[in-house]
Amino acid sequence: MRFQISNLDFFYGPKQALFGLSLNIPTNHITALIGPSGCGKSTFLRTLNRMNDLIRHSHYTGEILLDGQDIRKIDAVNLRRRVGMVFQRPNPFPKSIFDNVAYGLRINGYQGRLADLVEHSLRRAALWDEVKDILHKSALILSGGQQQRLCIARALAVDPEVLLLDEPCSALDPVTTAKIEELMFTLKDSYTLAIVTHNMQQAARASDFTAFMLDGRLIEHRETSRLFTTPSDPRTEAYITGRFG
Amino acid sequence: MSVRLVWRKAVNAVMLGLTGVCALITVGVLGVILGYLAWHGGRDINWNFFTKLPAPVGEAGGGMANAIVGSAKLLVVASLFGIPIGLLSGVYLAEFGGRWYSFFVRYATDLLNGVPSIVIGIFAYAVVVVPRHQFSTLAGGFALGIMMIPIAVRSAEEFLRAVPSSLREAAMALGASRWRTVATVVIPAALQGIIGGIMLDLARVAGETAPLLFTAFNNLYWSPGWNQPTASLPVLIYTYAISPYDDWHRQAWAAGLVLLALVLAANIITRLMLSRRGAARGA
Repeated sequence: MRFQISNLDFFYGPKQALFGLSLNIPTNHITALIGPSGCGKSTFLRTLNRMNDLIRHSHYTGEILLDGQDIRKIDAVNLRRRVGMVFQRPNPFPKSIFDNVAYGLRINGYQGRLADLVEHSLRRAALWDEVKDILHKSALILSGGQQQRLCIARALAVDPEVLLLDEPCSALDPVTTAKIEELMFTLKDSYTLAIVTHNMQQAARASDFTAFMLDGRLIEHRETSRLFTTPSDPRTEAYITGRFG
Repeated sequence: MSVRLVWRKAVNAVMLGLTGVCALITVGVLGVILGYLAWHGGRDINWNFFTKLPAPVGEAGGGMANAIVGSAKLLVVASLFGIPIGLLSGVYLAEFGGRWYSFFVRYATDLLNGVPSIVIGIFAYAVVVVPRHQFSTLAGGFALGIMMIPIAVRSAEEFLRAVPSSLREAAMALGASRWRTVATVVIPAALQGIIGGIMLDLARVAGETAPLLFTAFNNLYWSPGWNQPTASLPVLIYTYAISPYDDWHRQAWAAGLVLLALVLAANIITRLMLSRRGAARGA
């Protein structure tokens, strides 16, 4: 188990957003988090790399272990290097494609041939062939799908153990989405992935485990194939059959 | 009913016309000032104007090279002092500020912006000139530097705030510290706008006269180093304009034209930079 989460309660100020969440995120598998808008999926994901630390007056109780170590005992900067994140909207830096991928390496004081690792990361993100001749052009000239793969390459460059994807395809068309899902498959051999998605087909296609959340609570969490064929909770069934959400 | 309609249409037309006329006057004022300066000062702008020292009264020719260089030196001192303080305060407000301290800093910045320039001049006189018994470029630059701070703060804050927070998140998610994020992602993304704001700030203080009257004072000759009184374009315009000599009046017009041209150039460069930035963002 890469992440072990137990009894997680999360608060934005006085408002509680997550209630007693307990689940494990297994190494080298893809875990999907599904549920209607506002159910706390993104909040949960952002707790795992302590991005929520940046929100004033937010805090959580309970325990989150990364490789058995409490993430509150890990320096946040170091934690975020180990737990990479890809956001809902592609957010490349207004720098060159090369500098985008090299950014994480540079800030972590990487001593080595940047060019090799940049190429390696772009290849892993299935973007190399499209950008190898324009590495020094602005990342902003790329299409949305290319930008998102660039963001994945950027996250992979610092060699994280976990990759958190917060609705990475919601701003992309179906063809590009398929490319990213394919990419996720190839990545799970070396990484642990957790993906928040609104798209149930995506969860069904692309993940090994699925967690269904509702109103800040975890309703059901099991193998994706079983959750989608024989859900044990009536609310899960109602959601995946499209009766609400 | 129809009388009422006619009346309403008339009011509408009059008010529309009035706003148009006022807009025209606004543009016209600038046009008239430019034209007036060009008419009176244009003839006296020649090579000598930029290379020669002022000529004694009654003697033809002469220039104001010392005032141009003096103004440049004053702006250098002002920039070295005002820009770092203003910029870093702006960074603090935009990126790190706590609630009540930020409120206090912002409020103080606005107040500082409203302090009359002559008062800032007196202040610089009291803290720099009096203890050193010496009018100097440093004292004048110090006064102008204080005047630069508020606009530098606000423009830095504004342009940094305009940087999407998704970029900050992206950097932090890669393991960058807060300061690293600001220094390597946020400031570069806002740089063009910030530089534009500073250009406008410089252009504004370049024309300030009051803070220089008893700090940099004036000088008919070159001012060596940084510790001597120095000529500057605005003070020279002031001195020449209130003199009784026709020659000097014409020189004052010419100096005014040069000053305005510099300010306009700074403005235009800034606009171009900002629009390029907008275009880059849209791409």
